[in-house]
Amino acid sequence: MEIIICILAGILFATGVYNILQKQLLRIAIGTGLISHAAHLFILTMGKLKRGQPPIIEEGITNYTDPLPHALILTSIVISFGVTSVVLVLAYRTINENKTDNMDQLRGNEYE
Amino acid sequence: MSNLVVLPIIIPLLAGIIIAFFHKKLPIARALSKIFIVINLIVAAYVTYLVFTNGMIVLETGSWQAPYGIVFVADPLSVILVLTTNILTTACLFIAPKLVSDVREKYYFYTFTFLLVSGVSGAFLTGDLFNLFVFFEVLLMASYGLIVLGGGKVQLRESLKYLLINLFSSIIFVTTVAFLYAVVGTVNMAHIAERVQEVEQTGVLTTIGIVLFFVFATKAALFPLYYWMPKSYTVPNPVVSALFGALLTKVGIYSIMRIYTLIFVTDELTSKFFIIIAGLSMLFGVIGALSTNDIKLLMSYNVIPSIGFILLGIALANENGLGGATYYLMHDMIIKTALFLIIGVIVYAAGTADLRKLGGLIHYYPGLGWSLFIATVVLAGIPPLSGFIGKLLLLRGSVENGEIIIIIVALLSSLLILYSVMKIFIQGFWGEKDASFKPVSIRGMLAPIIGLLAVSVFLGIGAEFVYPYINEVAVYLLDPEIYIQAVLKE
Repeated sequence: MEIIICILAGILFATGVYNILQKQLLRIAIGTGLISHAAHLFILTMGKLKRGQPPIIEEGITNYTDPLPHALILTSIVISFGVTSVVLVLAYRTINENKTDNMDQLRGNEYE
Repeated sequence: MSNLVVLPIIIPLLAGIIIAFFHKKLPIARALSKIFIVINLIVAAYVTYLVFTNGMIVLETGSWQAPYGIVFVADPLSVILVLTTNILTTACLFIAPKLVSDVREKYYFYTFTFLLVSGVSGAFLTGDLFNLFVFFEVLLMASYGLIVLGGGKVQLRESLKYLLINLFSSIIFVTTVAFLYAVVGTVNMAHIAERVQEVEQTGVLTTIGIVLFFVFATKAALFPLYYWMPKSYTVPNPVVSALFGALLTKVGIYSIMRIYTLIFVTDELTSKFFIIIAGLSMLFGVIGALSTNDIKLLMSYNVIPSIGFILLGIALANENGLGGATYYLMHDMIIKTALFLIIGVIVYAAGTADLRKLGGLIHYYPGLGWSLFIATVVLAGIPPLSGFIGKLLLLRGSVENGEIIIIIVALLSSLLILYSVMKIFIQGFWGEKDASFKPVSIRGMLAPIIGLLAVSVFLGIGAEFVYPYINEVAVYLLDPEIYIQAVLKE
């Protein structure tokens, strides 16, 4: 199970990076969203995927779900949600001000 | 007692929120910001005093014992940096009403600044790797707000790039934390350090170490990952540039220092690798600084060699090297703020950042000119000023390890740094009086700058007083057991 999810995270990373390397701003924004999803999936997998076990350590119970990745992923999701919205707003404003969404034209050569 | 540790994080956080309510009423916001930062400075100084007299303070939040809960650790290194952060932020907030336009001040300048300070202090004080990521995000969030403040064309363009590169490296960071968690089963730094020692450094851990270095090197703007930094630091207003130049890259290099003294102990190969990166950062940074006539860009490029110097100290991993790195870190945070602020005032006074159009400013602004001169010699490390002490320690450390080439590179880059900044003084301040030039009043802007310079000069001339503390930090950093014992209490 873990290996499948790891491959899925890898695919998400690959597509995300591919999108970040595009020229269009919206694609870049989507790419950042994709790689943050990949990272979250990865955190979840790192705590081992199990079903039906409570996250409790008690005498006699040897099989339990690790609660820490869930706490980590929750924090991470909230942060990436915030950052993604900042990316979108900033991309929108940049497109409006600079009248282009092409990264090639956003290079800026005034000091060169 | 140990609750004191979170105060340098909580006070700016509360201050930021409270000031957000008064964002349109500038006199109140200004007064409040000054009061809060002075309170925070006093608290930070008190915590520093306590740590150096009574030893490390460890706070287990919610009384959850160490490997399970989140810990905050005030150790000699982190409290020194928190204190320095507060000193330079105080100067920045006192100059802000003059140097930042009213509109920008109204749009939450003070709130963002306080949140930035909160994030930076948090990153210094936390003892938990995931928490470090969270505080990185807090300070980055605030920095996104600050860098885009004003919203000009160029500014939006550069801040978008800044945001994307930081977002990408943060995601790599959190992925690496997940990796590390899978290998050692904990995110508490002391606990990780203990377990890494037990399992020896296997292949996976080496990979994790390299990826973590990549993440922090991107944030610290080391060679070859500095490409995003110089331009994005020139676009916001000068006070923000000063805060960024002094704090953000330094948090990155602090993290490298922490990780590579505590968790992954530097072996010979890493040491060689770090020295090469440090040397290249010194050279390429200063070449960048020499290549431009834009004084803001020149200053931003000068951030890179100083990060190289600090990395050199970490690479040497001996008493002099780590002491030098700590000393240089402190010195550089203060002097870079002063220089960025001086450059900001020059641009404000002369109305241009182009070195070719500047000239003869000494006739109108003698105080500013001499401040720049002093800051330049401090930065370049002319004895007995503070840059000299840091570099002396670093060079002594290099001699001990027999790294001769890096000494030549370091001295050459120091010379070129002196030249690149002195160029501003020579071309900007010397020269004929320009009759058509209308001087603008810069009253009140010099006082905070002179305050910072005084601290910096004290660090150099008062080295006799400061050095024992720095040495204590270096000795402490060489023995990760002290940190592990203090946190895990075994």
